[in-house]
Amino acid sequence: MNALVFIEYKDNKIKKSSLECLSAVKGDSHTIQTCAIGAGSDQLTAALGAWGVTKHYSCTDVDTYNPELYKNFVAKVIEQTKPDVIVATSNNVGRDIFPRVAAQFSMAYMSDITEVEMDSDLEVKRPLYAGKCTAQVTFTDDSGKILLLRPNQISVVEASESVTTENIAIAAGAPSGQSETLSVEKGESEKLDLTEAETIVSGGRGLKEAENFKLLHDLAAPLNATVGASRAVVDLGWVPHSLQVGQTGKTVAPSLYFAIGISGAIQHLAGMSGSKNVVAINKDEKAPIFQKSTYGLVGDLFEIVPVLTEKLKSL
Amino acid sequence: MRIFVCIKQVPDTETRIKLTSDSQGIDPTGVKWVINPYDEFAIEEAIRFKEANDDVQVTAITVGPKARVNNALLTAMAMGVDDSLLVNTDAALDALTTAQALANAIKAEGEFGLVLAGKLAIDGNVSAVPLMLAELLGIPHASVVNSTEYSDGFVTAGREIEGGTTEKFKLRLPAMITANKGLNKPRFASLPGIMKAKKKPIKEVSLDDLGIKTESIKVKFTNFELPAEKPACKMLGGSPEDQVNELVKLLQEEAKVL
Ligand SMILES: Cc1cc2nc3c(=O)[nH]c(=O)nc-3n(C[C@H](O)[C@H](O)[C@H](O)COP(=O)(O)OP(=O)(O)OC[C@H]3O[C@@H](n4cnc5c(N)ncnc54)[C@H](O)[C@@H]3O)c2cc1C
Repeated sequence: MNALVFIEYKDNKIKKSSLECLSAVKGDSHTIQTCAIGAGSDQLTAALGAWGVTKHYSCTDVDTYNPELYKNFVAKVIEQTKPDVIVATSNNVGRDIFPRVAAQFSMAYMSDITEVEMDSDLEVKRPLYAGKCTAQVTFTDDSGKILLLRPNQISVVEASESVTTENIAIAAGAPSGQSETLSVEKGESEKLDLTEAETIVSGGRGLKEAENFKLLHDLAAPLNATVGASRAVVDLGWVPHSLQVGQTGKTVAPSLYFAIGISGAIQHLAGMSGSKNVVAINKDEKAPIFQKSTYGLVGDLFEIVPVLTEKLKSL
Repeated sequence: MRIFVCIKQVPDTETRIKLTSDSQGIDPTGVKWVINPYDEFAIEEAIRFKEANDDVQVTAITVGPKARVNNALLTAMAMGVDDSLLVNTDAALDALTTAQALANAIKAEGEFGLVLAGKLAIDGNVSAVPLMLAELLGIPHASVVNSTEYSDGFVTAGREIEGGTTEKFKLRLPAMITANKGLNKPRFASLPGIMKAKKKPIKEVSLDDLGIKTESIKVKFTNFELPAEKPACKMLGGSPEDQVNELVKLLQEEAKVL
């Protein structure tokens, strides 16, 4: 199989989510080629060699995100590499460019993939209804496939090859004049996004007031966690929608999820029930969140959370 | 100017998903169908544009079985959409085939200035149809949009992505915008609106009319599974200090996540 992996990187380092994509395609019977766009996208060959990547396509003339230019770059790479399968991360970049690529090349497309097996036959699974069930993704013909992998689902294997990766520079196409990027302002948050976080500390209406989210930020610090929220507190305007976990927010699957002052409504459970371990802190022992939790602490969050924070700091 | 709003019907978020006996799909008995929540922001955006500009016709467009999706179209028209275009089919299409059907239906209608859709549908969460449609129509797009500003022949669209990064794009119309929560606050259909909707036209076309063949479906969902039952929750007792000590021990030794 001829695979093309779309690589994202930061500070000259390949992002973990892209290493997960490389891990998914790694196998003796595959040729892996990669592509990346942005300043420094040509500097990744040393790291890619360990993954057995023979050819890396890069484009350094575009640095500001623009869906049209990114897509045109990927289209040029596809014309040169003719991949059977393209693998990228299911995030706001992947989801912004690959549906158009799929339409242009009439390829099969699937996002949010949580399990993938490429050894013999291609086996792919993903959640549906925000995690209320999962299904197998079946491809009915042999057209090329675009697979977008949800972060944090595929374990990163060790890369131990020593191939020399050839860098092939691709010139960005001229913009069509249809679209223009006016501004990109990096968020100050150094924290991982909810969808990529290993640990999430989520709060709900039980926190009583917006200011009390500080308790959660204090708890998140020693855990190196990302803060999330229920819809109730998003609707109250305490935190932005980008923090909402649930069926109309983000679907998350961290190793450790704290639900603090969250009742566990079906829409919230849908978004976080894929978490490997769930700790619920709630004063109501009948709160539905306990049915989906690994560990339950019944009590006042205002008493428990500060004690927990201090304990974690002392570790 | 003609605006198309793509809408989809999805199971209400309260729905408990049950599988069919062969596990090849979900059991639709008792499912309450609603307009995909993100599509409501798209509908609202279109109606506001119509209210602020002269000579705007807003058309809701959907692909699906008439008996089921009719209600969604009526709701959209009760909110203020002028008319509807229904691609009536029982077939379970994949994203690309759906986008092809929508593209052919829209092209057959003639000129348009804007296409709106929700950023994703909360059933499949595939979030592909609108951008595939934009590609097939040859128009630019901005996705996951939470702010818009229109000026002659252009739209400026803002979005917030991972890590709180904000991006702003200027698109030449016609363009595709996919709506995120925060773009606006969708209105409820008024009683007079509901009465009026009943008289608004719904134009029906078939996949055949549009030259779409179900053989072109490339992707199917099969072998559905419900999540494994979680083992019972371990309830930790005692004072806050006791609970915390026990929790930290379990997270270290049992869950091995600290
Ligand atoms: C179409 C639709 C989509 C939705 N999508 C989502 C979604 O994506 N995500 C989502 O989260 N919700 C969603 N909801 C809303 C959902 O139904 C619930 O209303 C919401 O999740 C409740 O939030 P909560 O748990 O913070 O608040 P509540 O249900 O009010 O729960 C507060 C909890 O805090 C506990 N508590 C109070 N004080 C304390 C204390 N001092 N110490 C400890 N515990 C305390 C209470 O016992 C209670 O369990 C959606 C609803 C609809 C209709």
